[in-house]
Amino acid sequence: MSAPALQDAAASPPRAARRIDAALVALILGAVILWFAPVGMGRYGTYVLSLWLVMSIGVMGLNLTLGYAGQTSLAQAAFMGLGAYATAILTTKFGVSWYAAFGISGLLTFAVGLLLGFPALRVRTHYLAFVTLAFSTLVWLVLRNEQWLTGGTFGISNINRPEFFGIKLFGALEFHRFVVVVTLILSLALWWLIRSPWGRAFTALRENPVRAASLGIDTRAYTLLAFAIGSAYGGFAGALYAPLVEFIDPSPFALSQSFSLLLMVVAGGAGYLFGPFIGALLGVVLPEWLRFAGSLYLILFAAIVLALLVVCPQGVSGLAERGWNVLRRKSGGAR
Amino acid sequence: MAEFIAYLIAGIATGAIYALAAIGFTLVWQTSQTINFAQGEFVMLPAVLILLAVKLFGLPLWAGGLIGIAVFLLIFGAGFKLVVVDPMIKHGVLPLAIATMALSIIMKEGAKDGFSAEAQSFPSLVPTDMVNLLGISISLQHLAIIVVAFAAIGLLQWFVGGTKLGRQMQATAQNPTVARILGIPVERMVLLTFLLNAALAVVASLLISPIYLAKFSNGETIGLFAFIAAIVGGFNQVRGALVGGILIGVADSLAAAYISTQYRLAVPLVLLVAIILVKPEGLMGRKEERRV
Amino acid sequence: MKSLWVMAAALGAALSLPAQAQDKVKLVDVIELSGAGAAAGTNWKNGADMAAADINAKGGILGKPVEIVHYDTQTNPGNTRAAVQRGIDEGAYAILGPIFSGPIGASMQISQRAEVAQIVGGEGAGFTKQGNPYIFRTSLSQTAAMPKIAKYLKDTVKAGSIAVVWVNNDFGKGGRDAILPELEKAGIKVAVDVSTEQGQADFTADAIKVKNANADAVFVYLNEEESARFLRAAKQQGIAKPMIGETTLLGAKVLELAGDAANGAKGHVGLSTDAPIPALQEFGKRYREKYGFASDHNGIKGYMAVFMVKWATERQKKLDKKGLADTLRGATIKASEEPGVLMDTVIEQNGDLDRESFLAEVVNGKQVINTTLPRIKP
Repeated sequence: MSAPALQDAAASPPRAARRIDAALVALILGAVILWFAPVGMGRYGTYVLSLWLVMSIGVMGLNLTLGYAGQTSLAQAAFMGLGAYATAILTTKFGVSWYAAFGISGLLTFAVGLLLGFPALRVRTHYLAFVTLAFSTLVWLVLRNEQWLTGGTFGISNINRPEFFGIKLFGALEFHRFVVVVTLILSLALWWLIRSPWGRAFTALRENPVRAASLGIDTRAYTLLAFAIGSAYGGFAGALYAPLVEFIDPSPFALSQSFSLLLMVVAGGAGYLFGPFIGALLGVVLPEWLRFAGSLYLILFAAIVLALLVVCPQGVSGLAERGWNVLRRKSGGAR
Repeated sequence: MAEFIAYLIAGIATGAIYALAAIGFTLVWQTSQTINFAQGEFVMLPAVLILLAVKLFGLPLWAGGLIGIAVFLLIFGAGFKLVVVDPMIKHGVLPLAIATMALSIIMKEGAKDGFSAEAQSFPSLVPTDMVNLLGISISLQHLAIIVVAFAAIGLLQWFVGGTKLGRQMQATAQNPTVARILGIPVERMVLLTFLLNAALAVVASLLISPIYLAKFSNGETIGLFAFIAAIVGGFNQVRGALVGGILIGVADSLAAAYISTQYRLAVPLVLLVAIILVKPEGLMGRKEERRV
Repeated sequence: MKSLWVMAAALGAALSLPAQAQDKVKLVDVIELSGAGAAAGTNWKNGADMAAADINAKGGILGKPVEIVHYDTQTNPGNTRAAVQRGIDEGAYAILGPIFSGPIGASMQISQRAEVAQIVGGEGAGFTKQGNPYIFRTSLSQTAAMPKIAKYLKDTVKAGSIAVVWVNNDFGKGGRDAILPELEKAGIKVAVDVSTEQGQADFTADAIKVKNANADAVFVYLNEEESARFLRAAKQQGIAKPMIGETTLLGAKVLELAGDAANGAKGHVGLSTDAPIPALQEFGKRYREKYGFASDHNGIKGYMAVFMVKWATERQKKLDKKGLADTLRGATIKASEEPGVLMDTVIEQNGDLDRESFLAEVVNGKQVINTTLPRIKP
């Protein structure tokens, strides 16, 4: 299903260590670049960059579920919705601080992930995919119908952006930098998780569940945990999405959006640490960039994704890795 | 009671539509493990292509129909299989399923930009009269859909069980490796199922569009319900699609009548979860021998 | 390190905004061209394009040609916000659109902060109640239209009970929430309250439900093609009660799609190319010639929006963004002064509109206007 960049972590420690450092350096360097990137870019560019990062967080979570634990979830957008609505309701109606709301959103989606995954993972096959399909639509229905709580089809407006030690983050640039920091923290946490013994267990699980089980890994517990953490990342992404757009209604959390998040994971490269960033880039920034094509821009977008997947089913990261290997082999041969 | 029967019949009629769309779904799954997320768009597009051919070339309806259907079979029967499915199928189920999502965007946006963003009426092959059955009025159009859905399943069952070609197809579906050893032209059999899928989509499109109108976004609902119907009925049994479709259609109709119109969508989905919790392979499905 | 290259590419992609031109009147149209609002948005876009062509054929605004850029919102609030922000960054003189209330709600703070007028096609009640001085409607709001329906039901239809069928999106829910109190005030009982889905294909179950409620009349508040599907299903179930609607039910598209199932439908119409106003009929004719299909009310709204900009700009005699909004606020635009607005239009302080509207009935597949209703505050 996917060719992981980190699968050899256990196999060859020296090379793996080098690579992981490269990943760490890339994460931090990327954050520094993104911190300064929007200077002179205008609010639109800044907003799109922030949106890209927020979606990346959601895709990261799904990447953990799919790329590392091998389970398909069709409810990532619904988890984003739970997080976004929890944050919006807590901050606008109850005056809770954003930081507390962010934590609660993560906890809530983690708990829901556990509850949903527990019966689902009793049965193998595609059960989790089907259960999350149903869950996703049910969440959307509740968000739309329970107007007393969620504002129904009219949504919730005037969601405030948080403060950082007294500094108001209302401006586009300030909030973008805040998003960069949160994204960095969350991706470092994931990087650490994947490198930890837990993460190795996830990988072993995906590569060969039977062998993993025979090595004494409780496959069900780990799969469940991966799904719940992945869902919590969806909740975190939602908690940032609400103050970013300053308005939410049920439409960005519908089933079709869960499909499009899945598309981002696979197109970016499932099981690669940087896959989610590339996938979200394809899903969020590419359509904006293709706007020069006028009314055909969505067709062009879908055609690019389709062609990409036909040429390289492992997504962009897979393609890049393949290209990298070819290059290395060539330069090795020349020497 | 009469009221209940009216809802029931309405549900069966809608369910038959989902079933028609779901049959093709299960067919391509069986022979090539393809989950086609563009299935709804497959049902939407033939009607649009026919109207487009009529509009572009000023043809009479039957000629436009022939052109539209031929173009559709060529591109979305054979072309889909050769260009999208073949290069991807060996890489597992998911990348291919995602690719069909991209395909569905192309089909939807193409129909919108190339034809119209608005719904268009589509001529009916069947008279639009109403008939009275036991005091319940039902339209001939709905009746035709029910009859065609059952006939399609019957024909497919006969084809698979009673003809050489059909048995070869089934062997391909059950175990391609053994089928190849036995000298069955596996590739051609898989292509056949894709053509069958496209042909069924055309039939569904011709029957549904006069009632639901031809519109680029029509595939969204039909595709989702066909997917649910296939899961409920069992992905690996063609008759599962019929059972699943009708069950979902009836559940939806009764939910709107007796539970809540705001939450009617929830009822088929809760049913879905309940059924696969008890029987993961679907109502009519057999256990998968192959791990996917 | 390849990820860094990708990030760099992202920056380049997001950076590339076209340079803005000063010698043009640049309007950015942020509109639903895909997703649930695509049909409405396409009408609006065509109307706006036609207005720009008409204006440019006569020498533009203050001698400068009008340029309209259309950005699709995918009927998604987040994307709408991005598109409006892009328009502002590109130096748009005014923002046109969107139509759906959710996307309006997500983007109106952006134009407010930039002090740029945003002229929208929404009919939902909420967004003009938030004290945003930069938002303007192009049609009556639901709060203005629904009392007229309730009065019509009471006085003309003489209905004692009614079945309400509505689409469960911001448009339909807004309309339903606006009419229920009016019905109560008029002493009309709601026999059954049926919510339907956006994009719903089959209305048989809903029609049976309405039939069994046996109300004196049915109020249908759905988008265009859903209206047509419902009317057909209602006819199949033999519902003989009057079908009452507001603007969409009596629209040209619904009549075309529903065929004879639409006959006898009646109600209130805010904007119509069949209205007994020559300018509206002329617009409808030219639209049909240009685009090959009849314009719904959104096409008219798109056309009017551009002319509202023209009128206010010529009145303030300069291209001042903030001044544009100030001029529009509280203005009365007479069709005799600016024929492009098609009807006399009064803009209130909060961006709501007041203008004449119509009562109509469908006879032999045609919309027949039988009464012209005066403005609420004449």
